[in-house]
Amino acid sequence: MTPSAGSDPSLWVLFRGQLRRDLKLAFGQPSELANPLAFFVVVITLFPLGVSPEPGVLAGMAPGVLWIAALLATLLGLEALFRRDRDDGTLEQMVLRAQPLYLPVVARMLAHWMVTGAPLTLLAPLLGGMLNLAPEARLPLMLGLALGTPVLVLLGGVGAALTVGLRTGGVLLALLVLPLFVPVLILGVSAAELASSGLDPTGPLLWLAAGASFAITTVPFAIAAALRIGVETG
Amino acid sequence: MKYIPDALRRLWHRMGSPRWFYETTGPWVPWLAAAAALLIGVGTVWGLAYAPPDYLQGDSFRIIYIHVPAAYLAQAGYILMAICGVVLLVWRMKLADMVMATVAPIGAAFTFLALATGSIWGKPTWGTYWIWDARITSVLILLFLYLGIMGLRRAIERPEAAGRACAILAIVGVINIPIIKYSVDWWMTLHQPATFSVTSAPAMPAIMWVPLLLNVLGFNLLFAVSVIQGTRTEVLIRERRTRWVTDLCRGEQA
Repeated sequence: MTPSAGSDPSLWVLFRGQLRRDLKLAFGQPSELANPLAFFVVVITLFPLGVSPEPGVLAGMAPGVLWIAALLATLLGLEALFRRDRDDGTLEQMVLRAQPLYLPVVARMLAHWMVTGAPLTLLAPLLGGMLNLAPEARLPLMLGLALGTPVLVLLGGVGAALTVGLRTGGVLLALLVLPLFVPVLILGVSAAELASSGLDPTGPLLWLAAGASFAITTVPFAIAAALRIGVETG
Repeated sequence: MKYIPDALRRLWHRMGSPRWFYETTGPWVPWLAAAAALLIGVGTVWGLAYAPPDYLQGDSFRIIYIHVPAAYLAQAGYILMAICGVVLLVWRMKLADMVMATVAPIGAAFTFLALATGSIWGKPTWGTYWIWDARITSVLILLFLYLGIMGLRRAIERPEAAGRACAILAIVGVINIPIIKYSVDWWMTLHQPATFSVTSAPAMPAIMWVPLLLNVLGFNLLFAVSVIQGTRTEVLIRERRTRWVTDLCRGEQA
C-alpha cells in the first residue's frame, strides 16, 4: 500500500486537488450554493411573524433562533454531500485509491464548510441586527458560529456518509445527526446570551474551540470508515 | 497476546461462532428468567407494600423501584452497543453485530420506561408531567440516539453493512453521550427556572434500599435474558441457510 514516488501524487497535492475540485463543482451551481443561505434567511423571517415582532421578545430569543436556523440550514446541504460522487462512481475511486481516505475527506468537509458554514457565519450579525440582538453579542455569535459550524458539518458528514447508499436518506439523516448537534447548540447559544446580558462569553467559546479541534482531528476517520461501508451497500 | 490465558483465548474464539452461542445459552434462559422474575417480584412487592413511605414524598416515591433500574439500564444498553460495535469493527465478530441489533430496541424500551416513570413521578413531586430538567432532557436525547440507530439498521438492506454502519454510529454516539450530558447540565445551571428540589432523605434506611437493590439486580437479569433470547432468534434468522439451523428446525418438526 505504500505509494511509490513519481506515479502517485503526494498527499498535499491530493488534498489541494480535492479541495479545488469540490469548490469548482460547488461554484458551478450557484443556485444550490444559495439555497441553504436563502433557507436560513427565510426561517429567521418566520419567527417575528410566528412568535412576536416585539423588539424585546425578539432580542431574547435571537441567539437561539439564529443558531437553530443555522443548524437546519447545515442539515439541508448535507444530503447532497456525497450523493453525486456516489452516483457517478467517483466515491468508489476515492475509496480505492492507495492514499488514506482521511485527507480527501478533510478537503471535502472544508470545501463544504466554506460554502455553507462560512457564509452563514458572515450573514448572522446582519440577521442578528434585524432580530434586535444586543450589539455586544454579535461578535460572540459570529465567533461561536465560526467555531461551531465546522463541528456541525463534520458530525453531519458522518450521517451523510452512513446514509449515502440509501434511497430514503433525508429524514433519517436528520434523526441521526440532530441529537449529536445538541452540545454545539447549547454552547453557541450560551456564548451569545452571556454576552447580551453583559457577561464574559469566553468560557463557552473556548469549549467550542476545543470541540472543533477534537472534531477536526477525529471525525474524518469516522466519515472515511462510513464511506467505505456506503460504497459497499450500493 | 502471549500473556492472555489459553482458556480465555479459546473462549474468545468460540464466541465468534453463533452456533456455539446458540447451543450454550439455551439452558441458561429458563434459569435467568426465573431468577429475574423472583428478584423483581420480591423487590417490587417489598418496595410497594412493605417499605415505609418517604417522609417528604409519601407513597409517590415508590416508583423509584422501577424508575432507577430502567434509567440505569437505558445508559448501560447504549454502552453495550458501542462495545459490540468496537468488537465488530476490530474483530469482525458476527455475534457482536447480532447482540447489537438486539440491544437497540430493548435499550430504547428501557429508555422509554425511564422517561415514562419519571414523568409520572414528576406529577406529584414537581406538579407537572414534564419539565426541561437536565436529566430528563439528556435521557430524551438518549432515546433519539437509540431511534437513530434503529432507523439506520432498518434502512440498510444488507445486514453486514447495516451492522458496521450502526457500529460507527454507536461509537460516535457513545463519545458524544458524556459531552451531551455535561452540556445539558451546564445549560440547566444557566436556565434554572424555579428551584424544584428533588428531595429525598439523605440516606435511605435499609428497608427502603434493599428492595431497590433487588430490583436493580432483577432488571439486570431481565435485560440479560431479553438480550440473550433476542440474540438467539437473530442467530437463527441470519444463519437460516446453514446446515445446523435447518437440521435444528427439522428436528423440532419431527
